[in-house]
Amino acid sequence: MAESKTGPAWTGNYLQDYGSRRGLMAWLTTTDHKRIGLMYAAAMFTFFAVAVLLGLLIRLELMNPGMQYVTPRVYNSLFTLHGVIMIFLFIVPGIPAIFGNIMLPLQLGADDVSFPKLNLASWYVYIAGAILALMSLFVGGGVPDTGWTFYAPYALRSGSNVSLAVFAAFVLGFSSIMTGMNFITTIHRLRAPGMGFFRMPLFCWGLYATSWIQVIATPVVGITLLLVIMERSLGIGFFDPARGGDPVLYQHLFWIYSHPVVYVMILPAMGVISEILPTFAGRTVFGYKAIALSSMAIAIVGYMVWGHHMFTVGMSDTARRVFSILTFLVAIPTGIKVFNWMATLYKGSIRIEPPLLWAVGFIFLFSIGGLTGLVNGALSTDIHVHDTAFVVGHFHYTMFGGAGVGLFAAMHYWWPKVFGRMYNRKRAIWAWGLFMVGFNLLYFPMLVMGIMGMPRRYADYLPQFHTPHLIATIGSWVMVSGIIVMLWNLIRAIRHGAPAPANPWEGTTLEWQTTSPPPQLNFAVPPSVTTGPYDHTALRAAAAKEAR
Amino acid sequence: MQDSHTTGAHAHPAPHGGGHGGDHAAHAPVATGTFVLVWVALLVLTLVTVAASTWFPGKVGIGVAMVVTPIKAALILMWFMHLKYEAMVFRTMFLSAIGILALVMGLTFFDYSFL
Amino acid sequence: MRSESGTLGATAVSPAAVAHHEHRDDIGSKTGMWLFLFTELLLFGGLFIVYAVYRHKYGTEFHEAAHELNKVMGVTNTFVLLTSSLTMVLSVGALQRARVAESLRWLGATFGLACCFLVIKFFEWSAKHHHGIWPGGEHLHAMPPGEGMFFNLYFMMTGLHGIHVLIGMGVMGSIAARIRSGHVSASRYAALEFTGLYWHLVDLVWIFLLPLFYLTN
Repeated sequence: MAESKTGPAWTGNYLQDYGSRRGLMAWLTTTDHKRIGLMYAAAMFTFFAVAVLLGLLIRLELMNPGMQYVTPRVYNSLFTLHGVIMIFLFIVPGIPAIFGNIMLPLQLGADDVSFPKLNLASWYVYIAGAILALMSLFVGGGVPDTGWTFYAPYALRSGSNVSLAVFAAFVLGFSSIMTGMNFITTIHRLRAPGMGFFRMPLFCWGLYATSWIQVIATPVVGITLLLVIMERSLGIGFFDPARGGDPVLYQHLFWIYSHPVVYVMILPAMGVISEILPTFAGRTVFGYKAIALSSMAIAIVGYMVWGHHMFTVGMSDTARRVFSILTFLVAIPTGIKVFNWMATLYKGSIRIEPPLLWAVGFIFLFSIGGLTGLVNGALSTDIHVHDTAFVVGHFHYTMFGGAGVGLFAAMHYWWPKVFGRMYNRKRAIWAWGLFMVGFNLLYFPMLVMGIMGMPRRYADYLPQFHTPHLIATIGSWVMVSGIIVMLWNLIRAIRHGAPAPANPWEGTTLEWQTTSPPPQLNFAVPPSVTTGPYDHTALRAAAAKEAR
Repeated sequence: MQDSHTTGAHAHPAPHGGGHGGDHAAHAPVATGTFVLVWVALLVLTLVTVAASTWFPGKVGIGVAMVVTPIKAALILMWFMHLKYEAMVFRTMFLSAIGILALVMGLTFFDYSFL
Repeated sequence: MRSESGTLGATAVSPAAVAHHEHRDDIGSKTGMWLFLFTELLLFGGLFIVYAVYRHKYGTEFHEAAHELNKVMGVTNTFVLLTSSLTMVLSVGALQRARVAESLRWLGATFGLACCFLVIKFFEWSAKHHHGIWPGGEHLHAMPPGEGMFFNLYFMMTGLHGIHVLIGMGVMGSIAARIRSGHVSASRYAALEFTGLYWHLVDLVWIFLLPLFYLTN
């Protein structure tokens, strides 16, 4: 090692080209985890924009009762596409693919992930899956209209191009698995000297729990989706009641994956929040071990609750009771996290900065999402709100208000590290305000009208629901303008932002010890660790020394 | 780079901070005789299952298969797949993965057993 | 180790030099390999859940249908696969002891046994096909739902397993070439070891398929 470091001095960062390739080719062939993370970001936000547009169209159609802009069939395709793109192309890869890739090795003090080539391959597999998903729109029987869940028996009968869309989801699963394998191995093998498991930053713990879900749960949906394709092509009858099969078994298998996967979406976001709060409270996190282990607890309990998606499909009463009780268990580790976050802020020296605001926004929105989740988790109330707009409101509060806002928080927190530039903070706060107002205008009416009986996935509705629908549609415009301002502000900063110092937020984890943006191999001096991740005393002592 | 030596198979550059075992030296190759013994045991156990299902079809045959098959699997895992010689963390991971599968299957039957 | 080079490393790292430094972490690679095996287990696991549910639902039909399967061929194939697992570990052991030719011979034997397995499987399947029993076949279609389910499961599970055998054979071929060229050797045998792990997993799955399908009558 010593020899290899004495080459000609190279003072660039990872954003500049190195090696023999230049420009686009240098990016497309890179094995640098930071570049791969940014490639994921570019692809994912493209799809995100498309899905947001589809969502806006849905809202536009629902603004007034009656059919205005689309036919019911097109409406079905709209919400299917919106769901498929948002779930499989945006929020499942989500934070792990972007900030997991960029930050995990940095936070661990490593050069890269354990399998850099596999990491690049996972991006290509992701792109391949995305292309397949897009192809399914234009070839064969047309845009899938089954909803993102591909429920049997309709998915077996639909004339639309379900097989290809399902295959796309299957391929995307591989990408997810590759990332998961990479992260677990990296966490086990590449922690800096002195960094035991319980000195890892909490974001890494979130990723660790997430990765296990990706590795263990994804294959189940993989085989399930393959069986749907087999069913459509060969008529094997596993999920076909006409052939003695059981469509409910499809739902079991689907949710055995797809419930744990909501924790793939949310656990990394919780990790981000656990990073941001101690930094901006200027103190160590409250209950480090409890937060770390609650991530694992959520991952494990997350495997045991999938049945709560199926309370009304005719499961046995025993199963419904068991799944309902288990579902309430999830609230325990989640509550542990939320209370620890509150306690971290309590009596901290809080600095109001955009990342903190997004983090607090996360706690607010996710708490609403979590509490409305209890309504869905309880048997009797679930039967009332099942398949209503209430459920749509609930999961947008958790998925978008949770995972999505967590991603936005991460972007504002790590942007100066990733690009070495600071965005306009005032504008960022404006964007946050717009987003928060719009978000609640958009989704809160859904909770209300859901309880009043507005069904989900319907293109038309009774006049009595007009007002909440109108508010929701206006909310969607406000929220999207918030997102546009936010993205514009961030993207503008890449070129025009003020240069950011190595540690603009006074963070204590290892990524703040290297330059912004980091060099190709992350650290000029490989770091070692002697304390827990959120030790602000050392940072303050160093700052005081420098001041003297 | 000190790891580019060629003397052992256990080279690892990892600045490894974790407390869990893993930095053990590569284990010496397992004796061929051990593998042959395991193989014989596997064949015998297979015959036992087949015999049980032929002579005692129904509950006994199935019961024998349900006991013997996991034993065969364990033999393969521990010896052929080396889990016996690996660090604890590998066995833990394996058991977690299998445990989750068993858990999920069990929970599924809360539905199908009580319909 | 890295910490010793800290002072030198304080100057920025040359990317040209980086290309030379070799990351080798066999335990890390093995961790990754096992994680991959878990995904394989869970892939089959999904099918095992389907099997369990329909066996529970159609117990008698499954017993009836299992009579149609050829027990002798199933058991023979079990012996073939178990033996191939033995030859596989012997191949790894030989390479660890730097006996390259012997290692290649055992690997060849494993490959041969895998072929043998597929040939037997082929005869089994074509006999069924001959009787109109295959997914979408007219005889299978006319069966009572439970028996049809049994055969569809049989074809899906042994089919997926067969695909894994084929992939395993492909990997063995490429590993053999890399052993011959010296890229896989006594000092770096991980690739062969991992091929072995994969192959044993294929064996492991078959061990469960045998009682589930051939010994259910």
